Amino acid sequence: MSEAPARRRLDPRLYQIGALAGLLAWGLLARRLDVTPGRAALLLAAALGAQYAATRIWRLPSFEPKSALISGLSLCLLLRTNSDAVAFGAAASAISSKFLLRWKGKHLFNPTNFGIVAAMLATGRVWVSPAQWGNAAFFGFLLACAGILVVHRAARSDVTFAFLAVYLGLLFARSTWLGEPAAIPLHRLQNGALLLFAFFMISDPRTTPDSRGGRILFGSLVAVGAAWIQFRLFRTNGLLWSLALFSLAVPLIDRILPGRRYAWAGNTTGPMPAKGVFDETLDPPRLLPGLLRSQPAGPPVLRVLRGEGGRPTL
Amino acid sequence: MAKGDARLFNRASQVVLVRDGDRTVLTMANDYRGDPKEFAVVVPVPTFLEREQIHVGERTVVEHLDAYSAPRLVEYFDPDPCMRVAMEMKVAAQDAAKPASAASRRERSLGVTVEARYTVGEYDILILSARESAGLETWLRENGYRIPDGASRVLGGYLKQKMRFFVAKVNLEEQARLGFSYLRPIQVAYESPKFMLPIRLGMANADGPQELFVYALTRRGRVETTNYRTVRLPADQDVPAYVKEDFGNFYKALFAEQVRRERMQTVFLEYAWDMGWCDPCAADPLSREELKTLGVFWLDEAPEAGRGGSNVFVTRLHVRYDEAHFPEDLVFQETADRQNFQGRYIIRHPFTGTIACGVGERYREEVRQRQEQEARNLATLTGWPLDPIRVKLKLPPPGGEKKWWERIWGGR
Repeated sequence: MSEAPARRRLDPRLYQIGALAGLLAWGLLARRLDVTPGRAALLLAAALGAQYAATRIWRLPSFEPKSALISGLSLCLLLRTNSDAVAFGAAASAISSKFLLRWKGKHLFNPTNFGIVAAMLATGRVWVSPAQWGNAAFFGFLLACAGILVVHRAARSDVTFAFLAVYLGLLFARSTWLGEPAAIPLHRLQNGALLLFAFFMISDPRTTPDSRGGRILFGSLVAVGAAWIQFRLFRTNGLLWSLALFSLAVPLIDRILPGRRYAWAGNTTGPMPAKGVFDETLDPPRLLPGLLRSQPAGPPVLRVLRGEGGRPTL
Repeated sequence: MAKGDARLFNRASQVVLVRDGDRTVLTMANDYRGDPKEFAVVVPVPTFLEREQIHVGERTVVEHLDAYSAPRLVEYFDPDPCMRVAMEMKVAAQDAAKPASAASRRERSLGVTVEARYTVGEYDILILSARESAGLETWLRENGYRIPDGASRVLGGYLKQKMRFFVAKVNLEEQARLGFSYLRPIQVAYESPKFMLPIRLGMANADGPQELFVYALTRRGRVETTNYRTVRLPADQDVPAYVKEDFGNFYKALFAEQVRRERMQTVFLEYAWDMGWCDPCAADPLSREELKTLGVFWLDEAPEAGRGGSNVFVTRLHVRYDEAHFPEDLVFQETADRQNFQGRYIIRHPFTGTIACGVGERYREEVRQRQEQEARNLATLTGWPLDPIRVKLKLPPPGGEKKWWERIWGGR
C-alpha cells in the first residue's frame, strides 16, 4: 500500500481482528473452548482460501484478507462441529455468500451468520454453545467489544444500540411481567455470545441498511425476532436465526428508507482509501462479466471507490 | 477393588431426560428415606398430563445409569521394566438423591383448579392450574405442602407461562398393597419445545447448595446448558495408587474443588458416550429394555445413515447450585457432538518384583518422578494440601532431592 492520507482513520476491521483474535486466544487458554488450534487454523485457512479464490474468479483488483480473517475468527469463536469437512464447508460458504448472494451490489448476509445458519440447515452437524464464555469475565469482554464503538466513532453503532435497547427492554419487560428477580435478565445479559453478536455481527456495516432510520428499524426487528425465537418458540440461537431472517428484509428497508452506501476504511464522506484498499462491492458488470453487461452500472460512489484515490463525487 | 458410597452427595436429585424433537420423558428419582407420609413433589410441567403420560418406573434402572456413567478409576500395573505388558481394572463411584417433603387434603378454592387426579403406582397425583400464584401458594399450604416463603413469586412466573403443576404424594394404602419399601421414580412424558429443568422452586426452600445429576438420553449427541457454561470435569490424570482405597471421597473432593474453581457458575460434564459401548466400563451399558423403561421411544428406528454407533447418546451433567449463582432454570440444547468423554482417573502401580536387568536404578527414579507428579495432580484436582499427600506416598521432601551437582559425580 502506498502512504495513507494524513490522519486517516484506523480501519475498524483491524481493531475487530485484534479483538476477535484476543478473545479466541483467551477462549483457548482460559475458557477451554471446544475448538482446537488445528480447527482454528482450518477455519482461517478456508476463509482466506475462499476469499482468494473469489478474488481470482471475479478478477478483483487485489486480495483483501481482512474481512475474510474476521469471518474466520468469528467462526472459530462460534461454530462447533465434529467434522472438519463441515467446518471447511461452513467457512467457504460464509465467504462465498458475499459474492453470490447479492442484491443491488450489496451482499445480503453477514458472512459468519450465513456460514453458521447454512451449515445448521444443510448438515445438522453444527452447533453453537451460547453459554461457553460463562459470565465471570463479562466486563472485560464488554470492554473488548465496546472498543469497536470507539473505532467506528459511532458511525454505524446505531444498529448495535437499537438492537441492545430493544433486546434489553424485552428481556426486562418479560421478567417484570413474570415477576422474576432482576438477577434473571441480568444473568441473560452477561453473555459473551450476545456481546459478540451485538458489537461485531449485527453491526456489520456492509449488510445493514444504508440509512440511519433503516438501521434502527433493522436492529429493532432483529431484537424482536431473537426474543420471539427464544421466549415464544423456545429454540436456541435466536440471535443467529433472527439476523439471517431479517437480512433478507434489508433490500426492502433500503427501498423504503434509502441512504448512502457504506465503504470500509473511513466513512464515505471522509478521505478516500489508500491505493489497494478497495471496496468489494462491485457493480454488476464487474461482478459477472458478460452476463449482466446490459445492466446499468452501480451507484457512482462505488465506481469511485474502486479507483486509486480522490474524493467521491456524490 | 474399591467402590464409592452410593450416597456420596447429600441432598442430590437425579433426573433422566429423554429427549428427541419436542418429546420429553422425564424421570425423577429420589432416595427419600423419611416417612412416606411426609413425601411430596411439586414440579412445574409445560403441558397438561393425561393419566397415560405418567408412569412409575424402576429405581434400579436409574441406579444402573448412574453406575454406567459415573467417574471411574482405571488401574495399570507396571510390568517388569525389563519386559513391558499391561493389565487393567476399574472402580466406579456412584451417587444418590433426595427431594422435598409435605402432605395434602381439600379440593378447590382460591382460583386453583385441580385439572386431574390420578393414582399411579404408590403415588396420588394432581395436575393443578391456577389463576394466580398467591391462591396456589395458599392452596398448597392448606393442603399440607410445606411451601417456603416467597415461593409464590416463583410459582407466579410459571403460571404466567401457562405451566401446570404436577403434585405427587405417597398413597400409603397403595404402597402397602404394592409392597415397595422405597419410593420408585416418577416418570412423565410430554410434548413441548421447552427443553428445560425447573430448579427455582427447589431453591426457594434450600438451606445451602443443592446437587443435581441430569442424565440426558438423546438421539444425535451431547446435551449442554445454553444459559450456563458447561465444562468438562478435569479427567484422564494419573493419581496416587492410594486413591483407590477411597475413590468416592476423591470424587467428592474433586467435584467440590472444581466447583470452587469455577466459582459455582458452571455445569459439569461427567460423561458423554454412545450408549452402545464403554471403555473402560464402570458398569455395562443399559439394555434395550432398560432404555425403554426410561422412555427412549425411538429405539426401533434405525440410526441415522452414515453414522456409526447406536442411536442413543448419554450425557451425564452434574451441577451444584444455589440461588445466588443459578438465578434461572436450566435450559438445555442437544448438540451434534458425538465425541466421547468420561471422568477417568488412572493409577499406575510400580513393579514390585526383582528387577534382574541393569535398568533398576533408572526405573526407580522414573517411578519417583511419576509419583511426585501424581501427588501434584491429586493436590490440584482435589484442593488437598500437597505435603500430607507426599508424606502418605513416602516421597522425599521437596528440598531432599539430589542437587544437580550431586548427580554429576554421584555424590551422596
